[in-house]
Amino acid sequence: MNAALALIARDVRLAWRHPHEIVTILAFFVVAASLFPFGIGPEPQILARVAVGIVWVVALLAALMSLERLFQAEADDGSLDLLVGASAPLELLALAKIVAQWLTTAVPLIAAAPVVATMLNLPPEGFGVLMLTLILGTPGLSLFGGIGAALSVGARRGGALLALIVLPLVVPILIFAVAAVDAAIAGLSPRPHLFLLAGLSVFALTLAPFAMAAALRQATE
Amino acid sequence: MNWHRYASPAAFKRFAVRVQPWTAGGALACLGAGLYMALFASPADYQQGESVRIMYVHVPAAWMAMFVYANLALAAAASLVWRHPLADAAGRAIAPIGAAFTLLCLATGSLWGKPMWGTWWVWDARLTSVLILFFVYLAYMALNAAFDDPTRGSRASAVLALVGAVNLPIVKFSVDWWNTLHQPASLTRLDAPAIHSSMLWPLLAMALGYTLLFAYLALIRIRAELIERRLAVLTHAKFAAEPAR
Repeated sequence: MNAALALIARDVRLAWRHPHEIVTILAFFVVAASLFPFGIGPEPQILARVAVGIVWVVALLAALMSLERLFQAEADDGSLDLLVGASAPLELLALAKIVAQWLTTAVPLIAAAPVVATMLNLPPEGFGVLMLTLILGTPGLSLFGGIGAALSVGARRGGALLALIVLPLVVPILIFAVAAVDAAIAGLSPRPHLFLLAGLSVFALTLAPFAMAAALRQATE
Repeated sequence: MNWHRYASPAAFKRFAVRVQPWTAGGALACLGAGLYMALFASPADYQQGESVRIMYVHVPAAWMAMFVYANLALAAAASLVWRHPLADAAGRAIAPIGAAFTLLCLATGSLWGKPMWGTWWVWDARLTSVLILFFVYLAYMALNAAFDDPTRGSRASAVLALVGAVNLPIVKFSVDWWNTLHQPASLTRLDAPAIHSSMLWPLLAMALGYTLLFAYLALIRIRAELIERRLAVLTHAKFAAEPAR
């Protein structure tokens, strides 16, 4: 447990001392989302209809960018071998890496989401639920993404491959997150969708640490 | 019966050579009879007209898409548990076949959807989950080929195949869990199948023909994989033995 906490503290400290990475990802989030009004036209009604989808999809792609280096950086400098050989269970250490990734990437993205949603004219009823879906859904996103990151350690064409692995796995999260916000905007209860979204994240929590550990073990053999 | 006997590549090769012609002949016979019955001998549907004949190609393809993925997941589990080269070769060999069946299912479904539903594609749960199945096949093949060391690719993609197996029950039960445009199952119900025997027989013949075709292609491709691996080892040994000039 101490090892996991130490790992989280190390990764958060590293991110804190090199803030350019998260700044780049946040800039990507804002710039990519602001392309849509040019692509589909600036009519406020159309933007209001698609705003939540754009926020979620672009946040997803931004999160992918940080996942690419999640385990690859450790593999490059050799510390991955130490993690695999540590006395603490690798499942727990992999989970710690994901917690740190979530704290350093997802939390800033969640904080920036209202700005992007405002740019896209999201109806005011949607804001609270959008934040809830991001808080409930991004842990699942990071966990499924962690599986992809662990699997593609040492692979050629890592980035595109990571997207190909992770995007099909996270489709359910996207579906229920957008459905929850749409329900709230339409004046219906978003609760069933939020429960399913939370359920997906919990399911990812039960599956991802074992899949990540299996992938990392065979990556360092 | 001791199944591990067949796990040695040499024993598998003897088995494959013996079984292969039977699967080829059976597939030809079943597909020939099935296609004749489906395209000529079976009646047109009272509602769908002649378009119903697409169903005889589409439905077995959908079954195969899932059946091959189940095989892929089993091969992946065997590859991770016993680390056997035959399981690696099997996974690598059958994934493209499964992807082809999935693509056939999506394409024929789209061709049927245009006259029947008035659209090539709808984003309902069944269609979307099958599309994701296709993407998982693609990701499996990409990951398998992404490493310089083929064993590494096999192990990594095996983990992915097991994670992706979560999608199988979603594909199967999507028509029951959600209110979809796609019709629910008519064959695998507890009471009698809701399909007349004049349409059931060609469907079953096609399904058996597809399964035998899959067996035939899988046997050939697994043998080819084993030979290719052997060739790589021999080439490597040859160059390692020669002094550098």
